[in-house]
Amino acid sequence: MVARELHREMEVIGIDQRPFDDLPRDIISHRIDIRRRRSRDIFRRSRADAVVHLGLSYDPRRSGRGSHSWNIEVFSSILTFISDFRISRLVLLSNASVYGPHPDNPQFIPEDYPLYGADTFAQIRDIVEIDMLAQSSFWRNPDCSLVILRPVNIVGGVRNPLMGYLRLNHPPTVLGFDPMLQLTHERDVARAVRLSLKPEAKGIFNIAGTGQMPLSMLLRKTGRRGVPMPSPLLRRVSSLASRAMRMDFLPREVDYLMYTCMVDTERAEKVLGFEPRYDMAGCINAILEDRLWKS
Amino acid sequence: MKKPDGEKRFYEALDGRVGASPSALPESLLILARRMLTPDIDRRLDMILRRYHGSRRDPFGFDLGYAAYVLIMAGLVYRYYFRVSMSGVENVPPGGCLLVSNHSGQIPLDGMMIATGLLLEPEEPRLVRSMVEKWAATLPFVNTFFSRCGQIVGRPENLKRLLRRGEIVLAFPEGVKGIVKPFSRAYALSDFGLGFMRLALESDAPVVPVAVIGAEEQYPSLANLEGVARSVRMPGLPLPIQAFVPVLGLLPLPVKYRIIIGEPMTFHGNPDDEDSVIEEKVWAVKHALELMLSKGLKERKHIFW
Repeated sequence: MVARELHREMEVIGIDQRPFDDLPRDIISHRIDIRRRRSRDIFRRSRADAVVHLGLSYDPRRSGRGSHSWNIEVFSSILTFISDFRISRLVLLSNASVYGPHPDNPQFIPEDYPLYGADTFAQIRDIVEIDMLAQSSFWRNPDCSLVILRPVNIVGGVRNPLMGYLRLNHPPTVLGFDPMLQLTHERDVARAVRLSLKPEAKGIFNIAGTGQMPLSMLLRKTGRRGVPMPSPLLRRVSSLASRAMRMDFLPREVDYLMYTCMVDTERAEKVLGFEPRYDMAGCINAILEDRLWKS
Repeated sequence: MKKPDGEKRFYEALDGRVGASPSALPESLLILARRMLTPDIDRRLDMILRRYHGSRRDPFGFDLGYAAYVLIMAGLVYRYYFRVSMSGVENVPPGGCLLVSNHSGQIPLDGMMIATGLLLEPEEPRLVRSMVEKWAATLPFVNTFFSRCGQIVGRPENLKRLLRRGEIVLAFPEGVKGIVKPFSRAYALSDFGLGFMRLALESDAPVVPVAVIGAEEQYPSLANLEGVARSVRMPGLPLPIQAFVPVLGLLPLPVKYRIIIGEPMTFHGNPDDEDSVIEEKVWAVKHALELMLSKGLKERKHIFW
């Protein structure tokens, strides 16, 4: 989708291990592991101006250590390419879950808020670490302008915790808790990536669609019926279920059903000129049209 | 699975802008409220709705549809249980301001009564957003109750945002120390936090002292069981005498509440000043509140009426 947004304006090269589907024709794509030597040649030959790293794997279902080392290794090889081939721009698609859900979060978290995501949630640790790694690499390599995007709950045909949760047959909820949520449409994320390739863009930006609503309302609007459970029970059940039945829901994710993790998008509006095109209704339509949902 | 029919209706339902006034309350409840609280309850709810530009919800989780129910229940308690007398409503400035009040009574009914009063008494009803202890946000049901009624976790970022929008923020600078104080220290103000003053300076908001008299006697507490409280991670655990009288005894005593709203005070200065500079300004507010409390106590003839 990002490629579709960009390919009319510039030359795009895609690199991924997984197969690409329905790319526009003028995009060259390579299906290789970026850690291999051959990808180095691709970088050398292309003399790219910018690297957009979208492939932060958030897949807690993989064995923890494997995905951890994979994420970090991939990112550090990208960092090497950037310094070796003098690439002047890196766009990292991070995630608003680096802030983590907490009872005392500000209602709208600004970009300079500490990244507490890792201490409640081991699977977020990779993202937090890469986010920090990117920030520190910026100091080491001042020629490269860095943009980190931290979108909230992306909706659409993507795989992430929220969509996984909404694809459950009986999404559990926590009895007596009903946090407010923000959503981001995948097309808005793609547009934000395009905006962050502009020369003046620099820094960290929270991205979210307009509006917010309680979780219970989201479930109602999308036709899901939540199953309320007290939080200790839900933690127990989900740890059993995720081990035994490979259910797409982890005990640690229970916190997301209890506390808010919403972001302040003022900076993206002012500096990046990003204005979301999709509001809650648009995002909900995207959820309803989700093709991965087997109902 | 049912999908909503027609995108337009979907949109309207989403925003809660369904055209109808928030008094989509059951007719019987409305009649009750009109007869027992205020004849113009619909108009008051509508005015609040207009203040929120026609949207029933706000980003902090406030929901006028839900709050209207709570308002009626709280209003009945306000009128007939505590028989609150509120004076000085004209002192509340029209824009954003910071109400600062003494905290007492073991459970935060004082905040609820101030909020109910400002919805029922003045010409133009105002919604009060008060700061909730972080601990309350971790309690099931309690947290949704507070946030649907417009109460918020007291973080400076949140409060700044609300003040910028011209809302009334209620602060109890004594914090938990104030609310759980035992009966022996009734009406003696505990130490004030400095946060509220920095906030007022930063957002240029006037500070309005509010004295609540009566709440101190609703649950006369013998002691604050701090040790026990800490072991179950509560901020405090008071031991009111009602704890010895089971069931009905757990109700607060039907004391008469007197709420006095003082004149707004404005402060200027650097919000990042040293503590000692801020303390001086805080002391001025505390002193004003102390004067209001002692004057109110002197004028009070009886605890219960």
